[in-house]
Amino acid sequence: MTDSGLKVDVACTVNGARQTLRVHPLARLLDVLREDLGLTGTKEGCGEGECGACSVLVDGELVNSCLVPVLQVEGAEIKTIEGVSARGAELHAVQQAFIECGGAQCGICTPGMVLAAVSLLANIPQPTDADIRNGLAGNLCRCTGYMKIFDAVVRACERAGVKA
Amino acid sequence: MRAYLPDYNLRAPRSLADALDLMAREPGVWRAFAGGTDLMVLLEFGALQHKNFLSIRHLPELRGIEITPEHVTLGALTTYTHIQRDADVRREFPLLGAAGRETGGIAIQNRGTLGGNVVNASPAADSPPALLVYDAQLELVSASGARWIDYRNFHTGYKQMDMRPDELLRRIRLPRATGDLKTYYRKVGTRKAQAISKICFAAGARLASDGRIKDARLGLGSVAPTVLRCARTEDVLRDRTPDEATIKAACAMLVEEIAPIDDMRSTAQYRARVAANLLADFLVNLKK
Repeated sequence: MTDSGLKVDVACTVNGARQTLRVHPLARLLDVLREDLGLTGTKEGCGEGECGACSVLVDGELVNSCLVPVLQVEGAEIKTIEGVSARGAELHAVQQAFIECGGAQCGICTPGMVLAAVSLLANIPQPTDADIRNGLAGNLCRCTGYMKIFDAVVRACERAGVKA
Repeated sequence: MRAYLPDYNLRAPRSLADALDLMAREPGVWRAFAGGTDLMVLLEFGALQHKNFLSIRHLPELRGIEITPEHVTLGALTTYTHIQRDADVRREFPLLGAAGRETGGIAIQNRGTLGGNVVNASPAADSPPALLVYDAQLELVSASGARWIDYRNFHTGYKQMDMRPDELLRRIRLPRATGDLKTYYRKVGTRKAQAISKICFAAGARLASDGRIKDARLGLGSVAPTVLRCARTEDVLRDRTPDEATIKAACAMLVEEIAPIDDMRSTAQYRARVAANLLADFLVNLKK
């Protein structure tokens, strides 16, 4: 009746490299990144879009990769934590600020937090405190109590000379 | 337990016509799959009953925001982020902007769609109460044509809709002229972001020059098997000034009109009490 179970080809760009993936169309982008491409920086927390640990950028937009079927990234540009700073280059200002402010403990939420912060600064270059809280509200951390993560985002803004 | 993927299928039809054609030839087999923010959760927990899906996210016919003198028409694929970014929608339909801001976090707002929020038919959805207040109409399309229906008549029971298996929600149309409508939106949840509502309350009203309520509209979520436009409570409010006696009568009617339940998120008693409190808060502030 249908081609159930058959894999399909999905072409997309991941961290600047073109990829053609042979995948089940409903496979989670999260699993394809981690298992097919070995990009294990993207973490799985809840698997239901509540925690933000699996956040990546698809065409510049923050998404929960556990909720994106891979068929829907056909033709898209994906950026994961591995691609946030250019290969061999310095860390992204947000990553550097997380280190300096102690914005990470166990590390599971950190890639998602960094992506959420990168996305926030791309959309709102001069965020208010409320903007920062809203921008990170979809990302849960069970270690830090959030303040050091918040401080890191503030520092990243200051570094760029843009904090409102 | 996670779903066994080979049991499932997701296809990307080349065009809206192709999608509708397939849905007409095999009615009930294919179901629309938009942003995936609900369906992927069910899939992950092995609870997605339906097996065959059509990804519609790339179809331009279901996208975009169109403004004419009479209506603002939102493609079914309009996301919560699109709503918040559109200055016209934000200004004319502030309840929708509020619903967009309070649904999920940024990542959910980027993927979740208004059309999905309607057709997923959760009684706890956050944009439907706003759509109800704005007298939204839905365009349902199929291979045999298109029809417009009033959204307030769309949900016929828990997860039941006036929609055939070969139909697709294409657009949502909102009548304009909302300028003097005083609006109020409150989502009550355990946490500001991400949490699913214990109760969602959207309201609008116009006041006549003598201070009487001309046009009261109440849209509630999480208080009945479907999102609910509370017409009987609106009747109580019509042509009355929002004084203490009116507020008391309206709150009493609202509690009678809704049918909340006890569940993992809240209790029937709490929901009824908060619904009445929110109505009172809306009416008290109406005079200011």
